[in-house]
Amino acid sequence: MLETIWFILWGVLWALYFVLDGFDLGIGMLMPFLAKDERDRRIMYNAQGPFWDGNEVWLITAGGVTFAAFPGTYAVLFSSLYTPLLLLLFALIIRGVTFEFRHLGETARWKRLWDICHFLGSFLAALLLGVAFANIFMGIPIDAQGVNEGNLLSLLNSYGLIGGIVFVLVFCFHGSLWLSVKASGEMEQRAKATARGLWFIVAIGAVVFLFFSAVFTKLYDNYLANPVLFLIPIGAVVGLLLSRMALGQNKQAQAFLWSGLFILCVAFFGIAGIYPALLPSSLNPAYSMTITNSSSSTLTLQIMLGVALVMVPIVLIYQLWVYKHFSYKLETDEDLYY
Amino acid sequence: MDALLLSRLQFAVATFFHFIFVPLTLGLSIMIAIMETKYVRTGDEEYKRMTKFWGKLFLINFAIGIVTGITLEFQFGTNWSRYSAYVGDIFGSLLAIEATAAFFLESTFIAVWVFGWNRIGKKFHAVTIWLVAIASNVSAFWIIMANGFMQHPVGYVMRNGRAELEDFIAVITNPFAWQQFLHVLFGAWMTAGFFVLGVSAYHLMKKNEVSLFRRSFNIGLVFALVFSVLVATQGHLHGNEVAKTQPTKLAAMESHWETQTNAPMYLITVPDPENERNSVELLGIPSLLSFLAYSNPDAEVVGLKDFPKEDRPPVWISFLSFRLMVGLGTLFPLVCLLAWFWRDKLPDKQWFARLLIWFIPLPIIALEAGWTLAEVGRQPWIVYGMMRTSDAVSPIDTSQVAITLVAITLLYTLLGFAEVYLLKRVAERGPVTH
Ligand code: HDD
Ligand code: HEM
Ligand code: HEM
Repeated sequence: MLETIWFILWGVLWALYFVLDGFDLGIGMLMPFLAKDERDRRIMYNAQGPFWDGNEVWLITAGGVTFAAFPGTYAVLFSSLYTPLLLLLFALIIRGVTFEFRHLGETARWKRLWDICHFLGSFLAALLLGVAFANIFMGIPIDAQGVNEGNLLSLLNSYGLIGGIVFVLVFCFHGSLWLSVKASGEMEQRAKATARGLWFIVAIGAVVFLFFSAVFTKLYDNYLANPVLFLIPIGAVVGLLLSRMALGQNKQAQAFLWSGLFILCVAFFGIAGIYPALLPSSLNPAYSMTITNSSSSTLTLQIMLGVALVMVPIVLIYQLWVYKHFSYKLETDEDLYY
Repeated sequence: MDALLLSRLQFAVATFFHFIFVPLTLGLSIMIAIMETKYVRTGDEEYKRMTKFWGKLFLINFAIGIVTGITLEFQFGTNWSRYSAYVGDIFGSLLAIEATAAFFLESTFIAVWVFGWNRIGKKFHAVTIWLVAIASNVSAFWIIMANGFMQHPVGYVMRNGRAELEDFIAVITNPFAWQQFLHVLFGAWMTAGFFVLGVSAYHLMKKNEVSLFRRSFNIGLVFALVFSVLVATQGHLHGNEVAKTQPTKLAAMESHWETQTNAPMYLITVPDPENERNSVELLGIPSLLSFLAYSNPDAEVVGLKDFPKEDRPPVWISFLSFRLMVGLGTLFPLVCLLAWFWRDKLPDKQWFARLLIWFIPLPIIALEAGWTLAEVGRQPWIVYGMMRTSDAVSPIDTSQVAITLVAITLLYTLLGFAEVYLLKRVAERGPVTH
């Protein structure tokens, strides 16, 4: 029971990370396409400004909770995805420093350097997260000792690549919505047009992903055994549709929230499918890292549950306050810190 | 070179680099909070410009501290997976608590501080920087409790083939870890103090913004003086704790080979680990080592020869890093005293102002030397007396680690240059005038 609660919390943390950092990464990826001049770029940095760092802590927490609640999974997962994870780190590092570094230099070359880092970091991070999670949903060739028999190239299989592309598209969509909340004038219109255009592609991508999940993975086994779970993919569809409707009525903030629900449900679609494993083995189900063979002791799970139940709501409350208070439109130069 | 050695190098590169920036974050955040509080109390605009100036430097430093921290958090799983599975029950929870209790607060409110100058009330704005300062220092607490468990494991039982948590309170009241925590905090606050002293001295020397930098100088001076004295005195107690719990580290850092009572300490020593002796021992002070380690001149200090060879840490590194730290540690209070006497004469005493600028990096070197002692002196154990480092490494290809080690080193070197360039530029330019 305790293990199952922790499994759900574990899934929630990862899903929340995708919802929150997803729009930052999306804005970063869209920058070369949407920004026409220096001021546009500054708007795109400042649209992420007050949020990106707090968002990234959800990743740190998701990683930390994997370590604390399922140390066996943390050990096998992180070591078997060694190269992609370090690439992800490099991506997050070169993206993370751009905010503070870029605006302190004056020359165009200096700014250009960090703009490239910002785009590459955002793109690579989104792609790698998608590839990694699609592979987790499908299972990784880990043996009885928890050693990965595959390599970086074997992660780049068709389902993995589909996952990567879907993540990139979804984050771009999500990012364009937030940009349309924060930007004003011409930039706002451009962001809205982009969101409308991307919506169709994202919808196709989501259908493709759901379909190929049936071909490549065993995710649906849990759904067939427990049809209630179909509410999760239905939630994804509803979120996507409502976000288009809200966008049509020029209610971008609402559209953004609905696309958040969409991402939450997409992530949970996979996570609910692999239960009770956290990392399925594609060689033999007996080698999978599960909630029973990789969890912490009862005492640790209890203490950590106490910490999580107190701290996570507090964090959510103050972060919500920040979102509410800092969602104002960027209009004058006074609003542009970066 | 195997995956073990490469992983050790990679961990060392990543943590050393992270810890160049961490101490400034820990101390500068508090000083900035004090400056802003003064602004709110007095309404004196100069304090506001001061807050903004040091805040800018703080943010440059903070940016790198954050991105390099994520590497560390991941590295236990990527490179030390056997270790993670073996002690994750205890160690992992401390890291997770650090993230939920400290990192969220720190990362969220630093952004509120940056973007909130005209958007939230004056008082609340000052509260946000206090939240950042408290959260950073709380994060240090949790990570050091984690490191303290590796230095002196407590509160666990061996069960199911791993260490499982038995007594959480024991883990967070671990006396060794508390000594570390205090020592690191004092060291970090002192380091930030020297940073403020150095940068202020530069501007005082140029007679630039004299009033603003006098005030900054005095705040930095209080930090540097108080904590340079505290870090050294408390360091002695820390040494007692090491003697009690990690006798191999004590023997290695003193290069002490023969077990003896009334053990002397030599001011000049040249270790000769090949032959298990010191080739030079000069200027001995009788019984000092016994006294320093156990506060008792008659105490017996066990020598390295009484430990099996495979349980001894590298002597040269432990020995040198200890001497470097203590050497610098005796210098710092002296410099602070001079700075105290000449605090109003700086624009004229150009040579002393220059000296203070040179003292910006030295405390960071002392901190890194301290960590070298703590970590290298703990070898061959990853968890002292419980798990060997050689049993902890992940089952991964050597080539993978070799590539990432080179990549991390290159990336960090480039980032380091960009960082120093920006810090220097912003520091030299001084506060904005308007
Ligand atoms: C919470 C845990 C923790 C913390 C706070 C630190 N370390 Fe550490 N350190 C380790 C956990 C660890 C480790 C995982 O346990 C390593 C890897 C291999 C080993 O034996 O210990 C290690 C090794 C290690 C080594 C290599 C030693 C060797 O293999 O001979 C160095 C030089 C450092 N560390 C330096 C540092 C520095 C500069 C730190 C300051 C931030 C630091 N460590 C904090
Ligand atoms: C090896 C163990 C360590 C790990 C795994 C680790 C992990 C991290 C992580 C993930 C971050 C980023 C947090 C964010 O995004 O806000 C971070 C930053 C930070 N860490 Fe560490 N850390 C380690 C060592 C230390 C030590 C020993 C201290 C203090 C004594 C420390 C103090 C800090 C502080 C103050 C920050 C805030 C950012 C900054 O430095 O500017 N860390 N750390
Ligand atoms: C001058 C007298 C000092 C003494 C007697 C002293 C003593 C010690 C001892 C015995 C250790 C080893 C702890 C261990 O192995 O875990 C240590 C570690 C350390 N020292 Fe010092 N120290 C002094 C000054 C300083 C100064 C000036 C700094 C930095 C500004 C510093 C920074 C550190 C750090 C960062 C560590 C590693 C963390 C820890 O284990 O606490 N020390 N010190």
